[in-house]
Amino acid sequence: MDLSIAALLAQDGITNGAIYALLALALVMVFAVTRVILVPSGELLTIGALTLAAFDQGHVPGTVRLVAGAAVLAGVIEAVRRARRGEWRRALAGAALWAGIPLALAALAAWMGPRKLPLAAEVAMALALTGALGPLTWKIVFEPIADASVLVLLIVAVAVHFVLTGLALYFFGAEGSRTPPFSSASFDIGALRVSVQSLLVLATSALAIAALALFFGRTLYGKALHATSVNRLGARLCGISPDFAGALSFALAAVLCAFCGVLIGPITTLYYDSGFIISLKGFVGAIIGGLASYPLAAAGSLFVGLIEAFSSFWASAYKEVIVFTLIIPVLLWRSLVTHHHEEDE
Amino acid sequence: MRSGAGLGRLCSTPAIIAFIAIAMAVLPLIAPPFWVTLANYIGLYTIVALGLVLLTGVAGQTSFGQAAFVGLGAYTSAWLSTAHGVSPWIALAAGLALTFVVALALGFITLRMRGHFLPLATIAWGLSIFFLFGNLEFLGGHTGMAGIPALSIGTIELKDERRMCWLIWLVVVAALWTMHNVLDSRQGRAIRALKGRLEMAEAFGVDGARLKIVVFVYAALLACISGWLYAHLQRFVNPTPFGINQGIEYLFMAVVGGAGSVLGALVGATIITLLKQYLQDALPALLGTSGNFEIVVFGLIVIVLLQRTRDGLWPWIDRLLPHAKPPPVPDAAPLAARVQPAAASTLLEVRAARKAFGGLVAVNDLTFALACGEIVGLIGPNGAGKTTTFALLSGALAPTSGDVRFRGHSIAGAAPYRIAARGIGRTFQHVKLVPRMSVLDNVALGAHLRGRAGFLRAALRLDRREEARVRAEAARALARCGLAEFVHAEAQNLALGQQRIVEIARALAADPVLLLLDEPAAGLRFHEKEALAALLRSLRAGGMTVLLVEHDMAFVMGLADRLIVMDFGEKLAEGVPAAIQSDPAVLEAYLGGAPT
Repeated sequence: MDLSIAALLAQDGITNGAIYALLALALVMVFAVTRVILVPSGELLTIGALTLAAFDQGHVPGTVRLVAGAAVLAGVIEAVRRARRGEWRRALAGAALWAGIPLALAALAAWMGPRKLPLAAEVAMALALTGALGPLTWKIVFEPIADASVLVLLIVAVAVHFVLTGLALYFFGAEGSRTPPFSSASFDIGALRVSVQSLLVLATSALAIAALALFFGRTLYGKALHATSVNRLGARLCGISPDFAGALSFALAAVLCAFCGVLIGPITTLYYDSGFIISLKGFVGAIIGGLASYPLAAAGSLFVGLIEAFSSFWASAYKEVIVFTLIIPVLLWRSLVTHHHEEDE
Repeated sequence: MRSGAGLGRLCSTPAIIAFIAIAMAVLPLIAPPFWVTLANYIGLYTIVALGLVLLTGVAGQTSFGQAAFVGLGAYTSAWLSTAHGVSPWIALAAGLALTFVVALALGFITLRMRGHFLPLATIAWGLSIFFLFGNLEFLGGHTGMAGIPALSIGTIELKDERRMCWLIWLVVVAALWTMHNVLDSRQGRAIRALKGRLEMAEAFGVDGARLKIVVFVYAALLACISGWLYAHLQRFVNPTPFGINQGIEYLFMAVVGGAGSVLGALVGATIITLLKQYLQDALPALLGTSGNFEIVVFGLIVIVLLQRTRDGLWPWIDRLLPHAKPPPVPDAAPLAARVQPAAASTLLEVRAARKAFGGLVAVNDLTFALACGEIVGLIGPNGAGKTTTFALLSGALAPTSGDVRFRGHSIAGAAPYRIAARGIGRTFQHVKLVPRMSVLDNVALGAHLRGRAGFLRAALRLDRREEARVRAEAARALARCGLAEFVHAEAQNLALGQQRIVEIARALAADPVLLLLDEPAAGLRFHEKEALAALLRSLRAGGMTVLLVEHDMAFVMGLADRLIVMDFGEKLAEGVPAAIQSDPAVLEAYLGGAPT
């Protein structure tokens, strides 16, 4: 291996690593607020990318029907829940909110579908539409069991991953798609060709990481969100709604995941089921950060991206073996330096 | 608890396992081949899910990697029996040995990790081994290996599925029965305490780290046996059934069926297998399109199921079944008891013990001694370092410097389970009972070190005589504490004050020389406090030494022979209660000055 190949691999690794880092952030955030390990993050990623690809080809994306269906379901669930408590007016308002907003988004997206608007508008719509799936998933699936054990939440998250994979196949078909890059320009630094796209990936990832770290570390609302994960009852007593916090974190996470899809779409052809293995690498990064620290999670993800790039050069058949085996010593190290509290049942 | 004892006994777990054994002996004779095939798969999955019940449901360690252990068993036998002509039975031994080594190594690494680290580590391990199977040429790569010989017992070849069905279900029934026995034993109590009660278990002599590894290896070996059976049933292996998705499905089975109970594994494996089978057949016909609808519906069903019944299906079924009322605990010969050391000899010496957390010195060069047969109260304002001192004595924390000597041996920094073995029993400031275990079993856990029975003896029910003595001992400890009527209640159903007394009963069951009580009177009513004081006095009369942290001054002043007062991590005063009550330094610390 000479230096130029090494530099190329490093660029590859860092670009992928930055995307894993974004995913890792979404995972850390959702876990920190809700204790849910967001296994379906990979599906949200593919759905985001495939939605953009559909817009790009002038179709109405299948996401429109997916969101519309979920919105109706969430509206009904909210209405029934409120009505059972006798809160009739709130039942109507809740149903209108939970069904109305996503349905309006879906209608707008359906209108946009065949019209070939500028790329930025298409990206924004893909993010908004996929982002809507986040709070809808929270509402339908997780809110009723928000106080269950981490294990039950994990199993349910895996079930959601299955559901979304199956639905993605139905709505997008088995063919893979690529999305248009933001920029196809590139420039040379010495022997190395740097693509503007990868710089964009890096810059946006860094921006998102900084923003999240600031939000959770410095703002009152961010701290309130974190407080709900530590003690739901205590947070409620302090005037924080855990349900709203959950919906918000799922929304943010879904947008982040969809954004990862938009970033990775031009680099890799994505199929309906490509998300899982990508999200697992995000997990590895998140775990390196102990599912708690944003900067560490980002660093861990870069590390995963680099290992992946270099092992694909040396032993491509064993790429996944190497990536996933190497994390075991990392996990061991994390477990040694993390202070544990016994979790009660 | 509603119906007659006879019907209740018929619905006990061993009776149900016996019923399954009979049903599965008959089924291959009368059922059509399709059902036999299904039964075979349900059996194979049950064996793996059973390991997860122990590992995840009972011990609280989540693994997504069980399919990889199934793969180890299948591939070892496939390769040895095709490429080297080795007998499948020898290959089974080889597979078990390999699984043992791998699980031991992985256990050492991953079981240190608590919470969500372990499940993710097992995903990583499951993925790696899957890709390894797919890339190793000598294992046939992604296409797999064919031509695996059928099993034979003597001259009988188990070529057809009916015969395999008998073998598989023989293994299933044996695994169910032995697992039920293990959970209902000395080791079983310790395993149940691993989940969220590790600190407590270690204080009663359980080597938690070791036990977790044992449980992990046990679950892996079960998975390996299932894989071996699979290889010789299918006579063909490829990497797909050992991938991460199958690993996830095994966990689904355990959780959906009810990961807390042995029969949950069987229920989960049955439901999930039948459900998938049905969905694969019914959905394409129903919806008229091909697609992956079965995983959508499957996922939805799991979600709804867990939203409705979080503990899984079996506990829900179990509630509908009649249960026999548990009989009173039969009396048995007492366990060997320690000889209490001579009265007034020095039992415990704390020499300049210090514990610093970074810059905060929680215990600052504390020195005191306890003589045999006295009750000493350790008092002081909140944050004085009393609980930290307890942690140093019981091994929960290691002192930064200084020494703790118990009966002439240094115990500073020793593991809690080793200190427990030397004869120190303790209670916890925050009650630490295993909430879903009976009061009797909770107290019997205290006597962990007074029994010897290991996994094998428990699995084969050879531990019954010892177990009867342990249970009788626990019942006596409970009776002594005035809780005889609650022996069979679930610990979580007792009032907090009663739970504190159960903690004391558990410590007594350990037959300690020194009893450490952390705020035993908190939350107790007046009469309960009086009964507790009487109990502690009678223990002292029997030669036991008691050190207690207590905030209830009336209680501790009337009970203790001596008091040690701590403030800001240091010893402020020491002496008989009357002297302490008028000590100016103590009054300063408590009241901000002596009354004038």
